[in-house]
Amino acid sequence: MKDLLTIFFGALATILFSFTGIVMMSNIQYGRLEPIVLEEGEPAYPRTPSGEAMQGKEVYVDLGCIYCHSQQVRRKGFGADFERGWGDRQSVPRDYILQKRVLLGTMRTGPDLMNVGDRIPTRDWHHLHLYDPKITSPGSIMSPFAFLYKKQKIQGDELSPNALTFPPDYENAPEEGYEVVPTERAHVLVEYLLSLKLDYELPESKFAE
Amino acid sequence: MSTATTLEPETQKQEKVTLFEIDQSTRQAALLFFTCSLVWLMVGTLFALIASVKLHHPSFLGNVEMLTFGRARSAHLNSVAFGWANNAIFGILLWLMARLSQQKLQHGGLLLIAGLFWNIGLVIGVTGILNGGLTSVEWLEMPRYVAPLLAFSYALISIWGILAFIHRRSHHVYVSQWYILAALFWFPWLYTTAQTMIMWAPARGTVQSITNWWFGHNVLGLWYSPLALAATYYFIPKVLGRPIHSYYLSVLGFWSLALFYNWAGVHHLVGGPIPIWLISAGIVASVMMVIPVVVTAINHHMTVVGSFGHVWASPTLRFIVFGAMSYTLASLIGSAMALREVNQVTHFTHLTVGHAHHGVYAFFTMVCFGSIYFIMPRLLQREWPSAALIHIHFWGCALGITLMVVALHIGGWIQGMQMNNPEVLFLELMKNTLPYLHARSASGILLFIGHTAFFINFFWMLFKKQPKDEHGPTLFSEVETQNI
Repeated sequence: MKDLLTIFFGALATILFSFTGIVMMSNIQYGRLEPIVLEEGEPAYPRTPSGEAMQGKEVYVDLGCIYCHSQQVRRKGFGADFERGWGDRQSVPRDYILQKRVLLGTMRTGPDLMNVGDRIPTRDWHHLHLYDPKITSPGSIMSPFAFLYKKQKIQGDELSPNALTFPPDYENAPEEGYEVVPTERAHVLVEYLLSLKLDYELPESKFAE
Repeated sequence: MSTATTLEPETQKQEKVTLFEIDQSTRQAALLFFTCSLVWLMVGTLFALIASVKLHHPSFLGNVEMLTFGRARSAHLNSVAFGWANNAIFGILLWLMARLSQQKLQHGGLLLIAGLFWNIGLVIGVTGILNGGLTSVEWLEMPRYVAPLLAFSYALISIWGILAFIHRRSHHVYVSQWYILAALFWFPWLYTTAQTMIMWAPARGTVQSITNWWFGHNVLGLWYSPLALAATYYFIPKVLGRPIHSYYLSVLGFWSLALFYNWAGVHHLVGGPIPIWLISAGIVASVMMVIPVVVTAINHHMTVVGSFGHVWASPTLRFIVFGAMSYTLASLIGSAMALREVNQVTHFTHLTVGHAHHGVYAFFTMVCFGSIYFIMPRLLQREWPSAALIHIHFWGCALGITLMVVALHIGGWIQGMQMNNPEVLFLELMKNTLPYLHARSASGILLFIGHTAFFINFFWMLFKKQPKDEHGPTLFSEVETQNI
């Protein structure tokens, strides 16, 4: 019995040590961070995302975008996140406090998306890119997400307002009389991507020069 | 009983019967776990191939929503990590625990329930990932509703392992038993805490990410590693018939692993939005891991020194010593990768993927293969049908994993260097990773060949009739004389 207790208490002590140190201490240190109002009249940052953006995040999560795209900006001088335009400042804990699921990510097979809504604010670009990444980013190894779009017959003389506009030389464009429109999932996913912005400063993280 | 005589020629008649009975008490449970593990291994390998090909041929299965890269890759991870690795190690740890405790496993049949629930839970979980239930939390990808099923069957297995130890007849406690017991205590704590703080009552902001990597890295450090080390500590001395190099070193290795591995997970967040003191602590612990790794390496390799011919002839040892060597190398590289200067390059690249396979495959999986080669004949009282298939298995896996690890380390390093150089366009550096991604797919095919050989040999052995002319264990060195 002595051996069992030695191992039991040893195992318990070592894991309690790391749990307290790593998890509980961080929770004590910043588990109660709140959004902050920098100047009177200004909204509090980070912003609460729109309902559509939150739905879009669920699409982002269930498709597994995180396995190629991170959402964190490292400080200037540590990597080239700043020079690549992935963010004008380092991302800090407060930037994530409103997220029910935090998607920091550990892979950059594709670029970081922490600030993608600010970096590429064009809705059409994102739709074309999701439909077929090669349209906007020749040579990209991102998979197409064309299943988030539907091809339909053009009703009347005019294209639907949300129909994708393909470049003239695009080889897989729909045939005459047809158009490609985003499904609801594609729509909310792009709204989510556009909501990813690191365009505000926090007292603990100002824009880098 | 004739087979048992040839398997255990050195033991006395009286003990031999007991050993046979002990082995047989784990038979039903271990066979169920091994069979399921083999099926998951094949399923997981297929998902891996799909995910790997998608990275260099993005339009491959491009219209199949079930198999986006993120989903295929997560289905792969969960099939191999929880399907293959856990099933295999459940069987191994129960068998080892019974043997080392010199006691029959009581009511081993009840473990079939645990095995059944575990695998039903996994089927639901992996199907869930493919059908939109992916959580995008690394190492906890399965939808949260399977957690209670898995936790229940896990608890059963854990209790049986601990009970076997409590009712032991041996006076001496062997180092493998410490590792197994500690892992059985650690995992439920890790799993329930992480599930709670990420899925059920999410912690605020990046405290989640910290919890995530405290869990994710500890699955490797406090579950897979100790259990594979337990197997290594048992099989190397057992098959070579000589004691482990140093008892003192094994004590040091165990407790230093327990202390330092626990803290190392934070190195997955170097440069990330978490307190800097925490990152520093994680780096210190990762570097301190050199102590248990070197200590264990000395212990394992000093036991092997001088008997390399034996190692090469025995399927069990050839796999296990390959695993033990990989453990040393992967761990030392891992410690280096935690350093800020190195991590700045390697973080976010394919090098991390290569490193993960170095640990979980080249070390853990190879040790499991070796262990199963030893255990199965003791459970079934018959030998492996084909040494040729074992050959294919070994070389497919050994060459495959070496190719993968080397390709992803080189390719990942180049990718990281170019990523930190803003002069190189992102699309450009993405293209530069292609040759290495192709190499990874090629390595996947080699692994697939190896696994298929193992799969065939395993089920052939399971279903073949009792042979009359067996005269000893299936060894590599007898291939020429046996005329297979």
